[in-house]
Amino acid sequence: MNNPILEVQGLSTTFHRGGVTLPALRDVSFNVGKGEVLGLVGESGSGKSVTLRSVLGLARRYGEVTGQVRWQGQDLTGLSEREMRHIRGREIAMIFQEPMTSLNPLLTVGRQLTETLKAHTDLNRRARKDRAIEMLDLVGIPAAASRLSDYPHQFSGGMRQRVMIAIALAVGPQLLLADEPTTALDVTIQAQILDLILKLSQDMDMGVILVTHDLGVVAQTCDRVAVMYAGRIVEQGAVRQVLKGPRHPYTVGLMQSVPEGVAPRTQLYSVPGTPPSLAALPQGCAFAPRCAFVSGPCAAQRPELESVGEGRELACFHPVEALDGVASKAGAHPASSPHMTEESAA
Amino acid sequence: MASIQYILKRLALMVPTFFLVMVIIFLLVRFLPGDPATAIAGDRASDADLAAIRDRLGLNEPMWVQFWLFLTNTLQGDLGRSILMRTEVVDVIFDRLPTTAFLTLYAVGLSIAIAGPLAFVAALNRGRWPDNLIRTVFQVGLSMPVFYIGLVLLTFLGAQLRWFPVGGYGEGFWSHMYHLFLPSVTVALYTSAIIMRNLRSAIIEVLDAEYVQFARAKGLPDRLILGRHVLRNALISTVTLLGLSIGNLMSGTLVTETVFAVPGLGRLMLEAIFARDYPLIQGLTLTFAVLVSLVFLLTDLFQSSLDPRMRLS
Amino acid sequence: MSEVTVNTTSNAPKRMTRARLALAKPGFLLGCAIIGISTLLALFPQVFAPYDPNFIDYLAVRQPPSWAHPFGTDSLGRDAFSRVIHAYSVNMQMAVLATVFALVIGVVVGALVGYYRGIADMIFGRVVDAVITFPFLVLVIAVVAVLGPGLINMYIAITMVGWVYYARLMRAEVIAQMGNDYAAAGLVMGYSDRRIIFRHLLPNAITPVVIYWMTDMALAILLGSSLGYLGLGAQPPQAEWGVLIAEGRNFITTAWWLSLMPGIAIVLTGLGFSLIGDGLADLLRPRG
Repeated sequence: MNNPILEVQGLSTTFHRGGVTLPALRDVSFNVGKGEVLGLVGESGSGKSVTLRSVLGLARRYGEVTGQVRWQGQDLTGLSEREMRHIRGREIAMIFQEPMTSLNPLLTVGRQLTETLKAHTDLNRRARKDRAIEMLDLVGIPAAASRLSDYPHQFSGGMRQRVMIAIALAVGPQLLLADEPTTALDVTIQAQILDLILKLSQDMDMGVILVTHDLGVVAQTCDRVAVMYAGRIVEQGAVRQVLKGPRHPYTVGLMQSVPEGVAPRTQLYSVPGTPPSLAALPQGCAFAPRCAFVSGPCAAQRPELESVGEGRELACFHPVEALDGVASKAGAHPASSPHMTEESAA
Repeated sequence: MASIQYILKRLALMVPTFFLVMVIIFLLVRFLPGDPATAIAGDRASDADLAAIRDRLGLNEPMWVQFWLFLTNTLQGDLGRSILMRTEVVDVIFDRLPTTAFLTLYAVGLSIAIAGPLAFVAALNRGRWPDNLIRTVFQVGLSMPVFYIGLVLLTFLGAQLRWFPVGGYGEGFWSHMYHLFLPSVTVALYTSAIIMRNLRSAIIEVLDAEYVQFARAKGLPDRLILGRHVLRNALISTVTLLGLSIGNLMSGTLVTETVFAVPGLGRLMLEAIFARDYPLIQGLTLTFAVLVSLVFLLTDLFQSSLDPRMRLS
Repeated sequence: MSEVTVNTTSNAPKRMTRARLALAKPGFLLGCAIIGISTLLALFPQVFAPYDPNFIDYLAVRQPPSWAHPFGTDSLGRDAFSRVIHAYSVNMQMAVLATVFALVIGVVVGALVGYYRGIADMIFGRVVDAVITFPFLVLVIAVVAVLGPGLINMYIAITMVGWVYYARLMRAEVIAQMGNDYAAAGLVMGYSDRRIIFRHLLPNAITPVVIYWMTDMALAILLGSSLGYLGLGAQPPQAEWGVLIAEGRNFITTAWWLSLMPGIAIVLTGLGFSLIGDGLADLLRPRG
């Protein structure tokens, strides 16, 4: 990776709720290069969404954010809300998981598109409208010009997600934060939306951080991947390397839950156990209670994220060497509920 | 805008409701101990009066015929004669209606003026001291009996300081505004407590809504997010809440009119009850029901004109 | 940012249960304290009141507050403090008797129509529409007008109107719970309707009803004292806060304490019930 546009260093986000301290994000570091697609994977509650919101300065409204978010050399965490507004939507855009609830039901799609343009460009009314039509057209909405005056509820779920992408990309950002953009959509639509994001990223030379809990999606779309567990990154590296030879037992578990090349009617694997509560994280490795390779030091001490060569980083005392050996060990627990795999069937 | 079709459909839905409303009002007086005719005509009625009432209500006929008579009479605008006022119930009610309508609208206006901004301040400062202060004050306000608030305002601002009249309605708009100020404040203090509480959570819900997060992620200025995205949605909640609280508001109006001697429907209702003026009680009960359902209807129409999802294509 | 699950296997140094959280809320504790003390006063007024509330002393009429008479005396020379204390019996009784029958009827009817739906539910829907079309107070005083003023008739009137609100809430909850898996599981297991309704649906659906009940008790005191004030509820010489305020209203400039003290009592108990209601809502309602 040459010349990262986004460098995140030691990002930690803490929420306080009713006297309980929730360390939602701890010491997260990663980079995104120009035009690069980074996948952020993990179970729900692992801190993927919080990472995106912390980068964009949306999380500090609800909690305490420390660390550095260097955007083209400038640290965003120190910026005022006013300065941050010039970054949001203009340089870094974000799209959300639920296209049903992420568009304001009371405003026309055209209005929601042009208000972004108005906030960030000098275009006049006419030009904004032209640009809005152009964007809707770009994301594949038929008869774009006639749909500007429609309300969100007049669009299907997939179309709304396209609208959201059009709004996010209207000003031509250099980085797109996509928070599970396809989770709420039908399987057939999911692929279309991912293709659209990928294509636009290539055309506009725009970096993407794609949050997903689906390694299948990562394999298809991302250049690099970071695996998150309980608010920390436990493994990251180039997609091809990580998926070919996962080193962290949790990554291995996630991979085994992807139903690829599985004979029909065999039980799907899912990582046994549940993620720990953020309010009661274990002292050592957070994954230890669910890990098949757990030993003494795992419970007592937290493994740090360290470079293991070839641009890969890993936080584990017992890195997995080869996939074969793991499958027999960790794969001994058939899933009682194929929860994760059902969603990732795409 | 709401279509004619929608309005017609909404009106059609009111028919069975009003049928039941009529049944309830009809049954109310049938539960009277003793002879309804005597009760309705009053103790000093002559035999001829009693016979006339029996005839009009069909008291010798089976129950359903009596109900039919009551229904058709009412639909023709005949609610009987008031014992207390010695005139047609309909006339008495139409005479007093404007006062109560004025008071109610006045109180609605004041409630919004009090609750709206404070709900916004509380929601935007959720969990911090302005929020806690506002909520505590309104929590106490919610537990305050309307008649006591009225009594205190009446005595100190009215009787002692003489800033406001201690009763009556006045002549002309500004005189009404002046005379009904304290009564409206009394009603509004109570209703604004209900509205504030619900509006605060509605605004918080909107503030946390994904579309507001998205608007923020788009880099819109706060002013625009609040003014365009939050306010508009919160307005719908406010109108809905006000519509739903209209029953509470009218209950408050009833008590307040009594405390301040405002010549409206509520005070009339109490007078009718103490005079055992059953035709008037029936007529007033019906009038209140009609007023409430009118407000429900208006709320619905207003809501559907604001919310594109409710518009019929 | 989804619901945080509590892991039972991990050692949790600062883990707090929901119950502890609710107890730690000062509002909930305050509410419990107010209602606890109010209940004591209501049960044993003679222990706390220095005088007989109806003892008339023409030699000590409308005295200002003093050590002998902390809230002064009224126009008949009765001790205002003793009357406010004795009124606790009536007003606390109101909170219970004006709501509990409505609660029981409403829960049963609501559960049944919510479970069976069909024609009964349609009729119920119309009844609800019709009843909420009347302002609550108007319908209650119309019923009181027919039955005649007095406490018992007031309870009957409030119950006749109030059950509808409980039933509506209960019905909605039961229907929501029916959508959950365990109700469907019960059906598949072939449990009897009665068992499903009373053993499975009811305990789960009742939470919002109980929370509403607390608010409703506060409202019952407000409503009961309003009716007392208007002369339709408790009748003088009975000591009841609404009646006391009505008795004191003519002397509000000269002897303001006569109406202020019962007013404070109303606000305090109402506040107590709603604080408990809020606390219960935090305690019982799952939150995301």
